[in-house]
Amino acid sequence: MKLVARDVVIHHRRQRYGDMLLAVDGATVDIEDGEFISIVGPSGCGKTTLLSALDGLIPITSGTLSLNGRTIVKPGPDRAMVFQQPSLLPWRTVMGNILYGLEIQGVKTADAKARAHRLVDLVGLRGFEESFPLELSGGMQQRVNLARALAVDPEVLLLDEPFAALDSQTRETMQGELLRVWNETRKTAIFITHDIVEAVYLADRVVVFSARPGRVKEIVTIDLGRPRDLRIKRDPRFLAIETRIWESIREEAARDTDALAATA
Amino acid sequence: MATAVTRQVEARPRSVVTTTPLPKQGWIKEHETVVIGATAVIVFFIAWEGIAAARIMSRLFFPGPVDVWQAFGDWYQSGELGIDITTSAQEFLTGYILAAVVAIPLGLIIGWYGRIRAALDPFITFFYATPRIVLLPLLIIWLGIGIESKVAVVFLGAFFAMVINTTAGVRSLDTSLLRVARSFGAKDLTIFRTIALPGSVPFILTGLRLGIGHALVGVVVGEYVAAQHGVGRMMAIAGNTFQSDKVFAGLIIIALAGLILTYILQRLEHHFDAWRPQQLH
Repeated sequence: MKLVARDVVIHHRRQRYGDMLLAVDGATVDIEDGEFISIVGPSGCGKTTLLSALDGLIPITSGTLSLNGRTIVKPGPDRAMVFQQPSLLPWRTVMGNILYGLEIQGVKTADAKARAHRLVDLVGLRGFEESFPLELSGGMQQRVNLARALAVDPEVLLLDEPFAALDSQTRETMQGELLRVWNETRKTAIFITHDIVEAVYLADRVVVFSARPGRVKEIVTIDLGRPRDLRIKRDPRFLAIETRIWESIREEAARDTDALAATA
Repeated sequence: MATAVTRQVEARPRSVVTTTPLPKQGWIKEHETVVIGATAVIVFFIAWEGIAAARIMSRLFFPGPVDVWQAFGDWYQSGELGIDITTSAQEFLTGYILAAVVAIPLGLIIGWYGRIRAALDPFITFFYATPRIVLLPLLIIWLGIGIESKVAVVFLGAFFAMVINTTAGVRSLDTSLLRVARSFGAKDLTIFRTIALPGSVPFILTGLRLGIGHALVGVVVGEYVAAQHGVGRMMAIAGNTFQSDKVFAGLIIIALAGLILTYILQRLEHHFDAWRPQQLH
């Protein structure tokens, strides 16, 4: 197993209230090398919290979180995050942003430049190397965000709803692009989303989270084969899987609403 | 398969620029604001000269532009012009640069470390709220009537605007960028160097621009009170001896200095405007 999460419990500090909230309550999932995993769940179910813990940005309360058998305690070069917001350094060009992670990790400039140039091509940004983030569209900013994460050559790519803020057409394009890039790099990928179609289209397995506190409700294997064309979204098998996950999440969302109604 | 959807980049590369030629316009139309502004200034000077030349009031009280120009000539002939300007410039530059050198690093530190901010905040608030010019009598007692007392008052004038704006720059940093840096395993010092410092640049420039005005007040008022040379001292003497034209001459020098310096800083600020999170004054 590449990445193991066992009975992971995470309390998340709420900035506004200053208290600790039980965000993830016993998540268990084993991820194999080179696998693409999507995590879906009702909003606020703790999926982003789990991803932050995998990155090592926040500590877990109990359980085990390990990569290649080593416990995850802090960020490391073996993992890289693609953030929900592009979070690009506005004073750096596309190239400067892609190089940022490498720079922090002390990779020599010549090697880093060559690698960054390959990534510019890979994510389809040729001709924009010297552009500044504010000159780019949302979709292109997310391409830079992805290239920046890939630049440090991580073993695991963590993607936190990277396409959530994009319009639906750009979003579909980016999904296709992501699969193409993933196909070439074959990184282990964990993709958080609340879009079921997106989750099914991208993943080998979809992990369905319960309403907060997050638990793994079920894990659905997507045996649709690869490479996948965007047309596969209209395939009856695809629609069947989508419907099944949709019902599963709906159940959770309803439970959450009931719980809210009961406490009110 | 998947490549079928690739390369649908959402915008054109930089090198491809499409332009539609604008319909031809007259030169005046195109530079309307500048033309109106320049005309207004010229009209003002003509009106000023006209009123002054009518001699409704004595030249002692109300000199015209031509009188002021002559005052410049007299000032130059006396050999004092060069000395006065050099002295004032020296006071300004020394105090201003010293202030920047101390204020910017200090502002960064104060913005970055909450505890240091808590300790220094009362002093900074106190001094920022007080016109520093009130310290002048003390500074003259401590440092004499040479340029040192003026350097000190310029320093104090510019310093707080710089510190406060630099601090604000660090505090307004985009937290998502800090998260990116942490995610890549950046140490505190690296985060400081690669995020906090460049992220604060627009605010530092605002501080430097606001500092100019405070510093100029320091130079002029400092020299009014007690000095051996300087534009402000010349103006004080001229004022006490009813030489209004010389007062105007000094005033123009000070105004020009402020105008040019502010313009330079504004251009610099404008350069960084694109990624400034918000305007701060």
